[in-house]
Amino acid sequence: MKNVKAQYRRYTRSSWGNFFYFFFLILFGLFSVLPMIYTVCTSLKPLEEILIFPPRFFVTRPVIDNYTALPKLLSNLSVPLSRYIFNSLFVSVSTTVLHIFIASMAAFVIAKVKFKGSQTLFMLIQFALLYNAYTLAIPQYVIFSKLNIIDTYWVYILPYLPSTLGVFLVKQFIDSSIPDALLEAGRIDGAGIFRIYYQIALPIMKPAWLTLALFAFRDIWSMQPAGTIFSEELKMLPNIMSTISAGGIARSGSAMAATVILLIPPIIVYMVSQGSVMETMGSAGIKG
Amino acid sequence: MKVKSLKTRGSSEVRTGLIMLSPFLILFFVFTVLPILSSVVLSFTTYDMISAPKFNGISNYIKMFSSDDMFPNVLRNTLVLAIITGPIGYMLSFVLAWMINELNRTARTILSFLFYAPALSSNVYFIWQVLFSGDSYGYINSALLSLGVVSEPIQWFKDANYVMVIIVVVQLWMSMGISFLSNISGLQNVNPEMYEAGCIDGIRNRWAELWYITLPSMKPILLFGAVMQIQSSFSIGAVVTALAGFPSVNYSVDTLVTLIQDVGTSRYEMGYAAALSVFLFAMMAVSRVIIGKVVDAIGR
Repeated sequence: MKNVKAQYRRYTRSSWGNFFYFFFLILFGLFSVLPMIYTVCTSLKPLEEILIFPPRFFVTRPVIDNYTALPKLLSNLSVPLSRYIFNSLFVSVSTTVLHIFIASMAAFVIAKVKFKGSQTLFMLIQFALLYNAYTLAIPQYVIFSKLNIIDTYWVYILPYLPSTLGVFLVKQFIDSSIPDALLEAGRIDGAGIFRIYYQIALPIMKPAWLTLALFAFRDIWSMQPAGTIFSEELKMLPNIMSTISAGGIARSGSAMAATVILLIPPIIVYMVSQGSVMETMGSAGIKG
Repeated sequence: MKVKSLKTRGSSEVRTGLIMLSPFLILFFVFTVLPILSSVVLSFTTYDMISAPKFNGISNYIKMFSSDDMFPNVLRNTLVLAIITGPIGYMLSFVLAWMINELNRTARTILSFLFYAPALSSNVYFIWQVLFSGDSYGYINSALLSLGVVSEPIQWFKDANYVMVIIVVVQLWMSMGISFLSNISGLQNVNPEMYEAGCIDGIRNRWAELWYITLPSMKPILLFGAVMQIQSSFSIGAVVTALAGFPSVNYSVDTLVTLIQDVGTSRYEMGYAAALSVFLFAMMAVSRVIIGKVVDAIGR
């Protein structure tokens, strides 16, 4: 048995195979990260390098002026910058957390509680995912105004919560990794269905909801609602980008600097969530 | 006695379950189902967003197939883009997730970050605009000019021969999204004992292991990725408008999604836009049914 364990997964590749394997991975990786590198490079360019013709991709003489100019550029906003930061963090974090709970709870019930119509509901969820979002904007707007949530935090949060992608992802994950037998053990111990969800299923579903967290956070963090938020004090950080870009090409370096700063939170969430998804390797498999 | 206790437990479980389901159910109905139903109803009306919708039967659908000159064109583009970028993008997002799965944790996290970078960046199209810029300052044009391959800069986005290829490449480049991430987490969760058991059962190379163990044990995740892929490859629109403009040259890369937005935003024909959406949805729904059968056949 020990022998088999040591040998499984050690399927070897030819040296050419190895070469192409790493060549392809690295090439594709570099190609994918280009826009991010470009953004960082441009944010470090002095004005004369931004205006240079022909344009250069990399920065030759990096400066941090574009970053140090930001506080002054943002000093005359009608609402203090801290308010935008608060709005962005508050809306993104609360929506992400609520979404994870609502979606994973629903997915768990659909997957593991036998009730009439669960199959139909699940098909409905999958098909709703396919409907063109643009066309739904008008009816959704009517609903927002009927509910009186236009120009409140709710209009950011509530419509995102039933995002069907989340339920679909977590349900599929449960189907492939949580056998009924495991829940039966909880039932024999006398645990109610909510406790089984919270204490047994949620920890096993961690890779799924961490992935969902990343996805939701990224979506909401960059959200710029059209026509549903008017009060300046309710707007989020992407909105200050227009204030900076209004300075024209002379400010394009600072606009890039702001873009880089706005990229940091999603990257942190990415690193934390994916780092921890990767960590679950091997331990997540359910025995038996 | 035993039967009875099982039965009461069952019904109380359903009751608690429905309570747990209700937050989602209510919000889903209000913000998704209701708007979809109204959109379907609107597709049978004339609606300019100012006066009330007027019922006009199936004339929006008749218009689509008989008198809209753009429709056959955008339908063809939508299908071509979906058929090319759908399967390739899907396989790419699985293959890359699978390839990095055997590396150590740090290498995996870094590589997956690189692949996912386009989805995190906010100005993804910009890089392609500079690369393929139509004047001699575009990186590709200036390289071709200095090599003497061409004598004058090529208008990449204004030439129907090139623009479709560029859109396909960009779309594939951006395909490392949610299905890539779900594939990574799906691969993590394959029980290692299955691989050991497979080894005992005589599996001797990574391809057999992939086909008989890895893929079948993550079928539900594969289905998820496939549905997301259908959604994204039939909904190509933003990339077209960003790179080729609207309308693109001779409508060579315009899709149903860009047509829907044009009809709704600049022509105020929401009824017709809704009918086009219903049609687009029908195509995706058919693909979903077919894909379900394909995923079912994996590992057999």
